[in-house]
Amino acid sequence: MDTKTLTHLQRLEAESIHILREVVAEAENPVMLYSVGKDSAVMLHLAKKAFYPSPPPFPLLHVDTTWKFQDMYKLRDKAAKDAGMELLVYQNPEAKERGINPFDHGGLHTDMWKTEGLKQALDKYGFDVAFGGARRDEEKSRAKERVFSFRSANHRWDPKNQRPELWRLYNARKTKGESVRVFPISNWTELDIWQYIHLENIEIVPLYFSQPRPTVERDGLLLMVDDARFPLKDGEEPVMRSIRFRTLGCYPLTGAVESEAQTLPEVIQEMLLTTTSERQGRAIDHDQAASMEKKKQEGYF
Amino acid sequence: MTTQDPIYKTDALIAEDIDAYLEAHQHKTMLRFITCGSVDDGKSTLIGRLLYDSKMIFEDQLAALESDSKRSGTQGEEIDFALLVDGLAAEREQGITIDVAYRFFATEKRKFIVADTPGHEQYTRNMVTGASTADLAVILIDARKGVLTQTRRHSYLVKLLGIRHVVLAVNKMDLVGYEQETFERIVADYRAFAESIGIEEFTPIPISGFKGDNITGPSANTAWYQGPALLPLLEEVEVEDTRDQAGPFRMQVQWVNRPNLDFRGFAGMIASGQLRPGDAVRVLPSGKTSTVARIVSLDGDKDLAVAGESVTITLADEIDCSRGQVIVASQSPLEVADQFESTIIWMDENELVPGRAYWLKVGTQTVSATVAEPKYEVNVNTQEHLASKTLDLNAIGVANITTDREIPFAPYAENRDLGGFILIDKITNHTVAAGLLHFALRRAQNVHWQATDIGREHHASMKHQKPAVLWLTGLSGSGKSTIANIVEKKLARMNRHTFLLDGDNVRHGLNKDLGFTEADRVENIRRVGEVAKLMTDAGLIVITAFISPFRSERDMVRGMMQPGEFVEVFVDTPLEVAESRDVKGLYAKARSGQLKNFTGIDSPYEHPEAPELRIDTTEMTPEEAADLIIARLIP
Repeated sequence: MDTKTLTHLQRLEAESIHILREVVAEAENPVMLYSVGKDSAVMLHLAKKAFYPSPPPFPLLHVDTTWKFQDMYKLRDKAAKDAGMELLVYQNPEAKERGINPFDHGGLHTDMWKTEGLKQALDKYGFDVAFGGARRDEEKSRAKERVFSFRSANHRWDPKNQRPELWRLYNARKTKGESVRVFPISNWTELDIWQYIHLENIEIVPLYFSQPRPTVERDGLLLMVDDARFPLKDGEEPVMRSIRFRTLGCYPLTGAVESEAQTLPEVIQEMLLTTTSERQGRAIDHDQAASMEKKKQEGYF
Repeated sequence: MTTQDPIYKTDALIAEDIDAYLEAHQHKTMLRFITCGSVDDGKSTLIGRLLYDSKMIFEDQLAALESDSKRSGTQGEEIDFALLVDGLAAEREQGITIDVAYRFFATEKRKFIVADTPGHEQYTRNMVTGASTADLAVILIDARKGVLTQTRRHSYLVKLLGIRHVVLAVNKMDLVGYEQETFERIVADYRAFAESIGIEEFTPIPISGFKGDNITGPSANTAWYQGPALLPLLEEVEVEDTRDQAGPFRMQVQWVNRPNLDFRGFAGMIASGQLRPGDAVRVLPSGKTSTVARIVSLDGDKDLAVAGESVTITLADEIDCSRGQVIVASQSPLEVADQFESTIIWMDENELVPGRAYWLKVGTQTVSATVAEPKYEVNVNTQEHLASKTLDLNAIGVANITTDREIPFAPYAENRDLGGFILIDKITNHTVAAGLLHFALRRAQNVHWQATDIGREHHASMKHQKPAVLWLTGLSGSGKSTIANIVEKKLARMNRHTFLLDGDNVRHGLNKDLGFTEADRVENIRRVGEVAKLMTDAGLIVITAFISPFRSERDMVRGMMQPGEFVEVFVDTPLEVAESRDVKGLYAKARSGQLKNFTGIDSPYEHPEAPELRIDTTEMTPEEAADLIIARLIP
C-alpha cells in the first residue's frame, strides 16, 4: 500500500484542528481570543479549516488596550468579517476612565487593560472556554503549560493543580465557576508559524514587513510613532527608519527591528539568521526569568 | 568552554536561497520522543545540549544562560545547559523538574518535540503522560552507576505505553574515562533486563551531554564505538505514521458539521488506515453501512486522507452518526463490548474506589464506568505482582472495567487512540487515571439480555401506579427510617404497592458481607440500587433509607432508573442535632473511637446539590415530612 508521509506542519495542523473541535464539542460557550498578531492569524486560519464549510461556531474576542497599532485595528475588523465571525471588542471601562496608558503608568497599563480586561470580558459574556494563541516555545514556564489550562473562579492559574494530558484525550469537564484557557498551537514554534503563514498564504498585519516608518529610540527599544498620542520629549524628533516588527502588542511597548525584509521569505530568512529571540522586543518581558509565571498566576494570559 | 562546536550549523541555504530552503523544510517530518532518567543522570543537560547544538538558542537566551549559570548553576564557570530547560521558579530552586515540559528543536530533516519528565519518586504520572505521545524513548543511565532500579522502572513504563523505539544513552562517559568496558558491561546488564520485560530491540549509545560526545556526530573520545550518534539516529528512526496507515480505516467521530440542511459532515482525526471517496464504511456501534461521498476541506475536496489527519467526510446515505461513534472500513469492523480487562495507572491523590462510577473517556466517547477490585498491582521497580484492594497515586494495576453501554474499541497494543482511556472523577472532574484496554471479557459477549413478554409497563399497569424510588439520604439518626416508615404506611392506606428497603435490614442479609470502608459503602449502595431497579421493573414504589454519603453513588443509582423515577429526598438534620438524639448510641461509640468510618465523624457526608426534596427535620415533624414526600409523588 502506498503511504503518504505527513510533514511536521501537516501533523501540527491536524493536532490543532483536533483540539479546536474537541472544545466546540464539549464547551458550553467558547470564545477565541484574538490579538491580531501572527499567532492569532494562524489560530484563526486553523479554526476556519476545522469547521469548514461552517464558519467557526464561536465569536472572536479582542481585549483592547486602545494602544494597538492602527494597522492592527484595520486587519482585526477585516479578518473577522472574512471569517464570517462575530467580533467582540472589550475595553476595561475603569482603565478608560482613568486614562491608563503605557507612557505614564508602566506595569499598571498591562495589568488593567489586559489582565483585568480579560477577566472582566470573560465574566461579562460568561465564556467557559477561551482559545489563546500561546506557544510552549515562547518562554520557559510555558513549556509546562497544558493545552487545556484550568483557572479558578477568580481566574488564577495553579501550576500544581493542572490535569495530566495523555494521548489526544483532553478532559474538558469543569467544576462550577472554573474556566479553561485552551492553547491549540501549543506545539508550534516561531518558525513553524512563519512557514505555515507562507505555505497557506495567510494575511498578516503589514507591520511584520519592512517599510520606512517614523521612529524614536528609547531605553534601547526602537519605537514607532504610530499616532499623535506619542509624547515626544524635548528635542526628540521622529526619524524615518526602515523597520518591521517580530511581535506585535501596544505600539509604545513594542520594539521594532531595523530590516529590509519586505516579503515573507525575507522575513523568515532574517528570523533564521538572527540571533535574538522574539520576546526580546516586548518591554513587558524584561523582568526576571520567573516573571511570566507570576503574571500567569495572576491571570495574564 | 570545553564543548565542541555544533556540527549542525545554520544551513547555508538560508542566506543563499531562502525559497529553496523553505521548500526543503516544508517536507520535514516530526518525531516526538521522551527522555527518562533519574535525578542526576543529566537529562536536562542533554536536552539543553540538543537545543544548543541544533541552534535553537538565541544570543539573548545564551547571555541570560551564562549569567544564570554563574548565579545558580552546578557546573562552576561552564555553561549549565540544565538551566535552559528547568522552568518553574520553585523547581529551579530545588534543582528538580517536577512536571512534564515540552521542548522543541529542529534539524534539516526533522522537527522534534521532547517530553521532559522528572526522575524523582513521584514520577509515574508525569512519565506516563509524556510517554503517551512519544514515538521513541531515550533512557539515560549514569555510566558511573549502571542499571539502577529507576532504569528498570522507566523501561517498564516505556514498554507498558507501547513505545517501540528505545535508545539507551549511557551518559557521563567523560567521567569514566570513555572506557569501552564500562559501556559494554552496562549494555549487557541492560539487555538481560530488557529482554525479561519484552523490549526486544534498543540502540545503546555512549554519550556525554555535558561535553557533547556522540550527540551530533561521532566522538574522537570513543573511537571504539561504531554506531550512530544520537541526533542522526533521531533523524532516521521511523515514525508511527506509516504503521498506523497500514491498519484498517478507523475514525472516531468528534463533531457533526451541519451548516445547513443539505450538508452533514462527520469531523474527526483518522486513528488508523486510509480513506478515499467511494470506500465502504460502517458506523459503530449501530452497524449501519454507507459509502464515503466526499472528503471536504477548505482547500477543496481531497481524494485521499490518512491516519493522523483531521478531516471532515460526508456519506452517501443519511444514517445516524454522532460524536463518540466510530466510522470504520466496512469489511473490518471493530469489536464492541462493555466489559474489559485493562491496566490502570492511578494519578490522583484520592485512591481508586472499586465499584464507584467514573467517567471513562476513550477517543471522543465519554461513558460511565466502574472499576472492579484490582486483580493485582504491579511493583514498578521489580515488576512483581502484588495483591491490592485499591490503587493509590502512581500505582499501576490490572483490573476489569465495566462501562454502562457498549463501546467500539481496539486493544491498546494495536491502536493508542482506540485503546487508551482516562478516568474522570464525577465530582471533582479531575483526571484521576489513565488506562489501557487489553481485551473484551467473554462474559460480556456471551450474556445477552433476555427479553420477557410481560414487561415493566405491564407490571405497573396491573398495580394502577407509576413505579418510583423515594431515596432518603442523610446522616445516621437524621430520621430517615422513621419518615420512610410513615411514608410506607400512608401509601399502603392509599392502596399503593410499596417496598421499604432499610439500611440496617439490608445489612442483615443481602449485604452482610460488607463493612464500612469507602469501597464497601459504594458496593452496598450499588446492590441496593440494583434491587430497587428490579422492584421498579416489578411495578413497585420503592422507599429506601440509607445514609448513602457519597454523591457519586446516589448519582449512579439515579442513572440506573428511568428518567423521573428517582426522587432524591435529603433528610437534612444538622450533625449536632443527630448526635444529640443518638437513638442507637452510635455517635457515642464513634466519638470514643470504638466505631471507625462513621459518617459525620471520621467519614464524610456529601450533601445533595439539587435533591428533588429537602426535609428540614428541625422545622417539621416526621408526619409532615411524610406528607410532603407523598405530595411530591402523587400531586
